[in-house]
Amino acid sequence: MNSPVEHYVTTDGRQIGGVMMDLRDITLRFGGVEAIKAISFDIREGEIRAIIGPNGAGKSSMLNVISGFYKPQQGEVYFRGQKRPPLKPYQVARQGVARTFQNIALFEGMSVLDNIMTGRMGHIKSNMLAQAIWAGKAQREENENRAAVERIIDFLEIQAIRKTPVGRLPYGLKKRVELARALAAEPDLLLLDEPMAGMNVEEKEDMSRFILDVNDEFGTTIALIEHDMGVVMDLSDRVVVMDYGRKIGDGTPDEVRNNQEVIDAYLGVAHD
Amino acid sequence: MSADFLYGIEVVINGLMAGVLYALVALGFVLIYKASGIFNYAQGVMALFSALTLAGIMSGQVPFAHLINAIFGTDIHYFGWNVPVLAAIILTLIVMVIFAWGVQRFVFRHLVGQEPIILFMATIGLAYFLEGVGDLMWGSDIKTLAVGLPQGGSLVVEEWTAGLGGDDFFGFFIDELDMAATVVAIILVIGLIGFSQYTKQGRAMRAVADDHQAALSVGISLNFIWVLVWSLAGLVALVAGIMWGAKSGVQFSLSLIALKALPVLMLGGFTSIPGAIVGGLIIGVGEKLFEYLIGAPYLGGATENWFAYVLALLFLVFRPQGLFGERIIERV
Repeated sequence: MNSPVEHYVTTDGRQIGGVMMDLRDITLRFGGVEAIKAISFDIREGEIRAIIGPNGAGKSSMLNVISGFYKPQQGEVYFRGQKRPPLKPYQVARQGVARTFQNIALFEGMSVLDNIMTGRMGHIKSNMLAQAIWAGKAQREENENRAAVERIIDFLEIQAIRKTPVGRLPYGLKKRVELARALAAEPDLLLLDEPMAGMNVEEKEDMSRFILDVNDEFGTTIALIEHDMGVVMDLSDRVVVMDYGRKIGDGTPDEVRNNQEVIDAYLGVAHD
Repeated sequence: MSADFLYGIEVVINGLMAGVLYALVALGFVLIYKASGIFNYAQGVMALFSALTLAGIMSGQVPFAHLINAIFGTDIHYFGWNVPVLAAIILTLIVMVIFAWGVQRFVFRHLVGQEPIILFMATIGLAYFLEGVGDLMWGSDIKTLAVGLPQGGSLVVEEWTAGLGGDDFFGFFIDELDMAATVVAIILVIGLIGFSQYTKQGRAMRAVADDHQAALSVGISLNFIWVLVWSLAGLVALVAGIMWGAKSGVQFSLSLIALKALPVLMLGGFTSIPGAIVGGLIIGVGEKLFEYLIGAPYLGGATENWFAYVLALLFLVFRPQGLFGERIIERV
């Protein structure tokens, strides 16, 4: 069911590399409730990997395990071939894993520009005093970071709202600013938790285009959660399907579409 | 210009300077409240503790001398040296950073996500604990804090301004210590604002103040930021402690300046640095002017003790978020 181990090139000409993140037998419990039951899957360099499933299937929990917000009781996470010790979310972020949230977590009091600048946090190396008095290396760094942020702003077409406080933006734009902040970190792995939830058709199309462009232009590996089956099938290279905390399908969109268990989970099946 | 009017101006100037000291204490509250939502009741005791530590280090006192003597049957109290002011201030700052780390490591790290009232209760406990530690370390006798700040009225200002009024005006009486405090406070505030606006750590601090989850996702360690914020509050407490300690000696009542900061916070809002400053100035000027114009002539004086609270109460009724606090919008 899984794709071959060797590197390959997709039909639209993108390079897919070796395994970047490997999740093995992950089990996550909240008290007596098993949110994730011994799930294993991998994410390969350069691919768009989708996690789908009905409500309450454990998709967000899975993403939270990857980004360090939840600590699984069992199982191992391998990142770039190395077993990852239990890390705090900020440590995972510093390893080059950026994410967005289902319910949008932005700095509401800051401008769009400042929000995206926080994404560059890991790219500031000069010392505190130099930054405060804006000297030499610090200034160069700040300029570089500004330039990088401006590129992302252009890329996501949010020039018009650069100075607007995020709290005043409509939902769709907030989602886009959150993506911009995650991109500003220049992550190796980008995790998107329902990037299109609550959007209208036009916004969804825009967001799909951005996701594809990010993957194509920056070569960023993306793992995303999405409800809209049509969108998922168009976007992703491989899909994991979850239901009640179990993995019920894993493969290319076509393989998953024809998987009987997946069809049952989505369309419902009579239980005897 | 009439002498009465000029004395009025003198009252305003003195009020502004008293206000700077209030603002300094309020600033410590704002820093911690903004970044962690904790109303730090211990801020006043931190000022007392830092002033005690500074005085103790400067005079070469042996910390925990009483305890050591009781356990080992020795009789040591002083090292027999005097530490220069600057070195003593740096040592005190190190002590305050260790304190900040300890508070985070042993108290608030275990209280993440708790109700604000529980965090508040924890700071009350912290206040009494710190007071006890201060006593144990440095003894409970009143200490003088001679850090080389000028004292008494400024003759220069008095002579300069004496010519402004007529024969019954003798120039402004302005305390040199207040003037020094004002300069130090201005430098401190500019430094804090520069830090929070232009450095990575400052930006991270604002980020944490805004949204914890988002801050984590961009690689900010909450623990680090909280230790940083408590350290900064320690620095502000030290500055306030030095100023108030130089004014009236280092003694327990120093910790009560925290109560003076409360009305300032109600005016300025709990989340705004400019608010703390403006609030402090308004309270300082307000209470001095009220005393001068109304209190002393009509109410028998001593209105300074309660004026600030009444003003704060009025603010609570008409503008509960303070002058600069984040606006409270309720959507139904």
